Amino acid sequence: MKAYDTVIGLEVHAQLLTRTKIFCGCSTKAGLSPNTNTCPVCTGMPGVLPVLNRKVVDFGIMLGLATGCRIASRCIFARKNYFYPDLPKGYQITQYEHPLCEGGEILIETGQGIKRIGITRIHMEEDAGKTIHDEKAPSSYVDYNRSGVPLLEIVSEPDITSTDEAVAYLRELRQILMYLGVCDGNMEEGSLRCDANVSVKPAGSSRYGTRTELKNMNSFRNVQRALQYEIERHIEIRESGGEVVQETLLWDPSRGVTVSMRSKEESHDYRYFPEPDLVPLEIDAAWIDGVRSGLPELPFARRKRFIGQYGLPAYDAGVLTQTKTVADYYEECVRLLDRPKEISNWIMTEVMRVLNEQGIAITGLNVSPEMLTGLIALIDRGSISGSMAKEVFAEMAATGDSAGSIVEKRGIGQISDEAELRSLAREIIDAYPDEAGRYRSGKAGLLGFFVGKLMKATRGEANPKLASRIIKELLEG
Amino acid sequence: MLETARQYRRYEKSPVEETRAFLEKIRSDPFNAFVTIDEAGALRDAQAAEELLKSQEPGALAGIPVAVKDNICTRGLRTTCASKILSDFVPTFDATVVKRLKEQGAVILGKTNLDEFAMGSTTTSSIAGPTRNPRDPSRTPGGSSGGSGAAVAAELCAGALGSDTGGSIRMPASFCGITGLKPTYGSVSRYGLVAFASSLDQIGPMAPTARDAAVLFDAIKGHDPLDSTSVPRDYGPTELDGIDLKGLRIGVPEEFFGEGLNPEVKAAVRSGIETLEDMGGRVVQIGLPHVGYGVAVYYIVATAEASSNLARYDGVRYGLRAQGALDLGDMYALTRATGFGPEVKRRIMLGTYALSAGYYDAYYRKASQVRTLIAQDFRRAFSRCDIIVGPTTPVTAFRLDEMIDDPLSLYLLDIYTIPANLAGLPALSIPCGFDSLGLPVGMQLMAPHFREDLLLGAGISFQDRTTYHQEGP
Amino acid sequence: MKITDDEVLHVAALARIRLDDGEVRGLRSQLDKILGYMDILAAVDTAGVDPTHHPLPLVNAMRDDLEQGCQELADVLRNAPQHEDGYIAVPRVIGQG
Repeated sequence: MKAYDTVIGLEVHAQLLTRTKIFCGCSTKAGLSPNTNTCPVCTGMPGVLPVLNRKVVDFGIMLGLATGCRIASRCIFARKNYFYPDLPKGYQITQYEHPLCEGGEILIETGQGIKRIGITRIHMEEDAGKTIHDEKAPSSYVDYNRSGVPLLEIVSEPDITSTDEAVAYLRELRQILMYLGVCDGNMEEGSLRCDANVSVKPAGSSRYGTRTELKNMNSFRNVQRALQYEIERHIEIRESGGEVVQETLLWDPSRGVTVSMRSKEESHDYRYFPEPDLVPLEIDAAWIDGVRSGLPELPFARRKRFIGQYGLPAYDAGVLTQTKTVADYYEECVRLLDRPKEISNWIMTEVMRVLNEQGIAITGLNVSPEMLTGLIALIDRGSISGSMAKEVFAEMAATGDSAGSIVEKRGIGQISDEAELRSLAREIIDAYPDEAGRYRSGKAGLLGFFVGKLMKATRGEANPKLASRIIKELLEG
Repeated sequence: MLETARQYRRYEKSPVEETRAFLEKIRSDPFNAFVTIDEAGALRDAQAAEELLKSQEPGALAGIPVAVKDNICTRGLRTTCASKILSDFVPTFDATVVKRLKEQGAVILGKTNLDEFAMGSTTTSSIAGPTRNPRDPSRTPGGSSGGSGAAVAAELCAGALGSDTGGSIRMPASFCGITGLKPTYGSVSRYGLVAFASSLDQIGPMAPTARDAAVLFDAIKGHDPLDSTSVPRDYGPTELDGIDLKGLRIGVPEEFFGEGLNPEVKAAVRSGIETLEDMGGRVVQIGLPHVGYGVAVYYIVATAEASSNLARYDGVRYGLRAQGALDLGDMYALTRATGFGPEVKRRIMLGTYALSAGYYDAYYRKASQVRTLIAQDFRRAFSRCDIIVGPTTPVTAFRLDEMIDDPLSLYLLDIYTIPANLAGLPALSIPCGFDSLGLPVGMQLMAPHFREDLLLGAGISFQDRTTYHQEGP
Repeated sequence: MKITDDEVLHVAALARIRLDDGEVRGLRSQLDKILGYMDILAAVDTAGVDPTHHPLPLVNAMRDDLEQGCQELADVLRNAPQHEDGYIAVPRVIGQG
């Protein structure tokens, strides 16, 4: 088999976390009863007109700046004309010529180092409603609650050359969207959707092969599987002397195959033209600067800073910057207690475990940065042991109580009362005169024997360091 | 209208009696001006106005019975666009203009007839049947706001709202011998106007006189946050005493007096211009070299926008749904085949073609560029004159049985009215004489953006000096 | 000839309007004549001329991201030809639009 190069471009749709829809004052809330979250505008009644939600433009500029795009000084909306029951006006308001953002990039980490994936454009558009199909029923059912929810469409250059890169790009983009707080990034629920253009060409050739468009990949895993399947399908067709047909395919995750979206209609002709009901947008430097000043540090930059500033391994930096809230939590902890690596360990193990178990985000965690650093300080002071601290943490996460009050309540604080330990230690040394003699004659290894006895006598609650010092003093003194 | 308002205030007339009288006339209307009469609603409005008139500040239109073109949404009152596809459609909201009329106490008598979706010049393609011209019932009132034109001319209402995409207010005003204003694009909200061509549509007043038109215009104009193309600016009230025409530069474009203009229309308009001169105006010959392309530009741009605007009539959410369809695609095609009449289909087809792959540049884009040149012509002309005057239509009202069946010839009737829509300019049609059959001739006055004050002022002064607007059918 | 029967049928399919044979013939000849008239535009020199899509030079008409409230479900369904359990019902969708 010949070697082939894979060429992938991704089109990602991100639902925006605005309060209201893009062209009307209905809320963007999901999960309401059908058609209760609609108005004459988003159901396309005769005579209605759209009015643009300023926040959508702000969010678009944010993402444009975060991905190094040029923000258009003037952009316009267009109508994309096609018929479908969940498209109430018979056209979608989107952008075609003169989009909001053009010419940016996203950096991804690959096995071969850092790679730049170009962003062709980012534009604003409205979402459609939902059509529910029932194979057995003679009808389909339409719900317009989602109609008019704002979307950003992010189109990449065909710079992606493997499924791993595609997933890495998608993860990075998702992370940026979530950092910016413009999208919740939930692929299963469809607030982040990914379509792909795929083609293969003989290795080194400059001529692109025929591409197919893939839709309906609603998880990272499905993106990976669908792209892998499609690439192999293209190669098989070429190897057997066939030709790839340019078409749109749906990924069927249950069967693990791509299926042609056979359309009765002749080729699509969307008849784009400038939307006459909306006026052009002019975006000046002041507007852009205003948005820029509110931009958070982005994941890629933050990872690099965590490595440099806190001396963290790249792995830790990657995990901690996965979401903005976790990174913020980490930095708040470090601000309170200058133990960057210990804090990192705690977050990557105990904190993450609790988040997974409880299925919550870190913002919902019962343990605040003050409480976590308070716990670590208890260990440092020798008040509790590391293994005890894990139990204390679990209880903190469950109850929201502070480490100090839990330790006190359960009486599990280490015995650090020197006088108490000293008298116990004396009793033990007196009980083992032979061993004490051998120690004094040079058998230093017997120190552990005495410390062990002392720990046992305190049911493990003695501070081991203190216990060791006292035994040593008594034997040698 | 102003006189009625005065009589109300002196309790010489009551809104309820006045409304009853109008409703009585409408019930026996021989011209078929209305699609829907709202007797209950009108009497309710009239009763409310009686109370309003007792207050310190009754609205300017308190108790004034008006009619609204049936492509303007009225909450709870059927709005059909004269189309089978919307024959049972009841809006759940009021158009902004209707809201404003109601806020000022107007009594809405009902919804007036039009060409289906405002596409036409004859008011014949309606589900409600054709409207007849009160000046001569064998003739068309013009279109597409022919119902409003006839209702005003037959005194079935004190004034009416029409909509004008390429002349649909001015043409029926001209044919029916009344006054009609197409305002500056963006000065009257389009929210609730069922769209035909979004970049051209504008709602405007139709009334017996320029003074009444000014009162109605003042009631409906102004910025509306629900319409992104509505212009935020200071809209002062119109001066109802007219203006001094002394020194007013009156631009007369030679292009408006060329081939195709009926000689009797030409003579009446010429004499109207002479009157304006007698009143102190100064005639300036101007050129509008690209207006001759207006009809071609218009029928590409307007139909392209219409093909998209009318896509929502698909039988899904409202309106007609064809029965017996096998699947969704079938339902669409059947619904639209049975729901739309021939002219609407023709325009949707033309507009779809003009936007389709391979033709966009040659048609839609080219037309949009020539539109720029036409707007530039006007900008240049208005550096040399204050208003532009010419005929509203090339002919007077024609007989319904002599209907022109060639679409292109009908389109060419809009030749003088279309340029104002393409350039977004305000334009007024006022009666300026009669042809040899006694049919009214309309004179069109155009002004720069937002200079309705010049048009209405000149119109009021002209009508104070002439009687064409008072000579009934 | 500017337009063929097949093109008329193609455009009608895009516009979702079923036409019978007589309508196709009639529309072909009418559109042919109208499009022929449009040819006068070809003579206009528009090199470097920006297209006009709005008659007034308005920009940046926007609203704030504030909820305005929705309509009652009854209002959504009031004009619907067919509805079930709050959904608008349509004949079954075959293939994709």
